[in-house]
Formats: sequence, C-alpha cells, structure tokens
Amino acid sequence: MSEISMTTTEGATVEPQLREVPAVRMEAVYKHYGDFTALDQIDLKVAKGEKIVVCGPSGSGKSTLIRCINHIEKHDEGLIYVNGVELDHQRKNIDAVRRDTGMVFQSFNLFPHMTVLENCTLAPMTANGMSEAEAKDLAMHFLTKVRIPDQAEKFPGQLSGGQQQRVAIARALCMRPKIMLFDEPTSALDPEMVKEVLETMKKLAEEGMTMLCVTHEMGFAREVADRIVFMNEGKVVEQAAPKEFFKHPKSERARTFLDQIIH
Amino acid sequence: MSHFSPTAAVSYFFNYFLMKGVLVTIGLTVAAVVGGLILGMGIALLRMSSNPVLAGAARFYIWFFRGTPLLIQLVVIYSGLPQLGIKFSVITCALIGLILNEAAYLAEIVRSGFMAVSAGQREAAWALSLSPWVTFRRVTLPQAFRLMIPPLGNSINSLLKATSLASVISVEELMRRSDMLMQEHFQILEVYAAATAYYLILTSVWDAVQRRLEKHFGRSSAAKTRRVRTSAPVAQASVEARA
Repeated sequence: MSEISMTTTEGATVEPQLREVPAVRMEAVYKHYGDFTALDQIDLKVAKGEKIVVCGPSGSGKSTLIRCINHIEKHDEGLIYVNGVELDHQRKNIDAVRRDTGMVFQSFNLFPHMTVLENCTLAPMTANGMSEAEAKDLAMHFLTKVRIPDQAEKFPGQLSGGQQQRVAIARALCMRPKIMLFDEPTSALDPEMVKEVLETMKKLAEEGMTMLCVTHEMGFAREVADRIVFMNEGKVVEQAAPKEFFKHPKSERARTFLDQIIH
Repeated sequence: MSHFSPTAAVSYFFNYFLMKGVLVTIGLTVAAVVGGLILGMGIALLRMSSNPVLAGAARFYIWFFRGTPLLIQLVVIYSGLPQLGIKFSVITCALIGLILNEAAYLAEIVRSGFMAVSAGQREAAWALSLSPWVTFRRVTLPQAFRLMIPPLGNSINSLLKATSLASVISVEELMRRSDMLMQEHFQILEVYAAATAYYLILTSVWDAVQRRLEKHFGRSSAAKTRRVRTSAPVAQASVEARA
C-alpha cells in the first residue's frame, strides 16, 4: 500500500516510495537574495535518524539551508521533500512539514512575555488541541529532560542564556518533531554555557532523533555527527564522516577553514 | 475689573454647567480613543500589507489626516459636507472628525509597535506550527502593545486637549461651556482658570493610568529582574521609589 501515492492526515500529498523515505531530500535547490546566490544547486539527502553537522565560513549559506527545510526561508528553485512531503509553497504541505520539524535558533526566540511553562504549552494547546493539564504534563516532561523543571514559572529573561536555549529545545520537543533543526544554537552563548546545551543535544542524538545542526562546535561534530556537510559560497563543497573530514579534507577550501578554526 | 477673584474661580470650578462640559470632554476623548484604535489598527494592518494598493491607500489616509489641521477637518465635516447634502448631528460630526484624525496617528503607533517585535518571534511561531491568528493574538500583539503604551499615552494626552477644537463647531464640551460662561459673566481669568484646572486634572489622571499600564504590561519583560527581588523588602522599596 505504501507503494501507491497517498495522503497524510493533513491532506498533504506524499510521493510514491518504494524504499524508506529519507527525512530530508533536496534536489538542485537554489535561493537568491537579489543578485546574491545564497544556495547554489544544493543536493542533499538525510536519512532518518541521521545526525548531520553543517559547517563552513560565514555567509556560506548554512543557515539558509536549514531554514529552507521548514520553509522559514522560501527556496526559489529545486525540490525539497521532508519525510516525503514536497515543500512546494502550498500551505497544507508547509504546515505538514512544520509539524514534523522542530527548530532551535541562535537567539533562542523564546516568547519573553510568557513563562517558561507557557512557552512550552502554547503550541501543543493551540495547534494540537491539547488540554491545559496534558500540555503541562508534556512540558514538564521535556523541561525535566533538559534539566530545568524548577524554572518553569520564571520568565525567559530571568534565565541564563544556556537555560534559555535548553527551554527552547524543550519547547520544540513538545510538538514531538521527527527532525530537529539547530541554527547555530551555541553561538550566542557565553563560553561556560555552551557545554550544557551541547550535552542536551547529545542526549537527543543518542535517542535517535534526526538532527541537522549548523554549528562551529567541532568537538560536538566529531563526537555526534554521522556526517559533516561543508559549505562554501552557497554550495556543498564536500561531505564526509567526521573522522574522514577532519583528517583528510578533500577540498582546499575545507583545509583552510579547518586550519582557521582548529587551534 | 482689574483684579482676579479666587472665590469666583472656585465657584466656576464647582459650576454644574461647566462640570457637564467636562463629562462631554471625557466622553469625546474615550469615544475617539476607542474608535481611533479600532480604525487605526485596521489602517496599520493595511499599511503593513504586501498588497501595494491597500498599503498605498493606507499611506494616503495617514498622509492626509496627519497633514491637515484637525480644525479644518472638523469644519469641513460640520459646515462643508451639508453643501453636498451630507448632514450629521453636531456630536456625530465631532466624533467623526476626532476618530478619523486620531486613527491616522494611532495607525503609525500601532505599526511601529509591530515592526519593533523581532522577526525571530514570528519565525519561532511558524516553526512551532502556530496559526496566524494565535501568532498575532498571543505572540506579536502582546509584545507590540507593550511597546505602544508610551506613544499611545502621548497621543491620548494630545487628543484629550484637542477635543477643545470641537467647541468651534458648537459642541458643548468644557471649552465651549467655558466660553459661554465667560461671555455671560466677563470673568475671563476666573472661568479659564477653572477650565485649565479641569484639563490638568484630566491629563494627570490619564498620566497615572498610563503609568499603571506600563507597569502592568512591562512586568514580564522589563521588570522581570524586579520580580525576583521582591522578596527583599529593601530592594522593593528602592524600585518603588524610582517608579
């Protein structure tokens, strides 16, 4: 039955599949800002459960790449499939994809006028129709998982950066995403707070979550990533397992990049 | 008459006829704020729309009503429109003029409030699958509203005083009734002293309300650190003194 084109509960069209559907598939994706080409013919496939670290110099299109996956940024050309749903700018497909993906931002983007708990319960209650009690239980479950259940009644501004980012992870998990997108989750943090966020992400990786992380944390990449995707000037220049990438980068650009960031 | 009679001024202050004028001033202000906010919100939304025709129309509206004196707008509505066969009661004319004018100012305040909410907030809402309505109602509006309170307060203060222009089209509010008393008794300073006192009281009351609003809506963001410290009475007292 799965061989035949079918529709999900949201009514989004699903392409016919014979083998397992990849979590993300991008084919010849382009994104332009005026004359600037942010994404230049991106082809990328991410299997379910795979952990990808996207790295590269600033302005190389890393953030744009993962922001296109949940349609926060619209791609101009090419095809993007997320869990088999084509991101074709149609509302119902965008909604279906966003339900499958959770996103963590560099600047946390917590809602400052709501408590930590309200931040976590808003989407489950309004978008999933959960009761307040259920949503609270769910939120406390994930806040416990990121080890800050005791901060539930505080406002984001009362927390440290590391705590805020962990709340942001819990908030995203409350929607039970199948894929997590991390857009430089530790870049805005004080150095001593980076570790607690990376530990949380590691835990998530161990549980089998499909993850795409834009990050400069090469230690994390080495330890957690199945594959490193190196980008430059909007192109995927090379991709390889971390061991391979760090030891024998194929491209000259990757070599100079690694020289600059690894001291 | 070469002196100022304080007792006369006090008696005008408690003059029943003048007090009713104060009530009309308050009524005009409240109605114009409510009407102006509703209309202004709509115009702000049009102004921010991606449709160039709608955005252009909203821009024209704002340009027109902020670019002409309220006095002319009131006189045109009251004396000019009947020439085209359009007639309203005096009070309706005043309300139309005040609302149309106030809406233009409030639209810009509303718009700047929304623009000041960071794009990241909307992106987070999208990423969480929040509907556009929930995003507006629960995420952007509360944050925009907090930013709007100070300029909103200023605008309402101006409006309260601008209602006095309605006296020109014979609305019997505070200013008009002061004129009427003055023409009857010729105690110019005494009558206007009473009217001035009323305007000061009204604007002061509004100031106090505005401060309460700012405190209330600022509590979760700007005042968050205060909340933690409220357990320490000394810290609380010093915060109170600053506020």
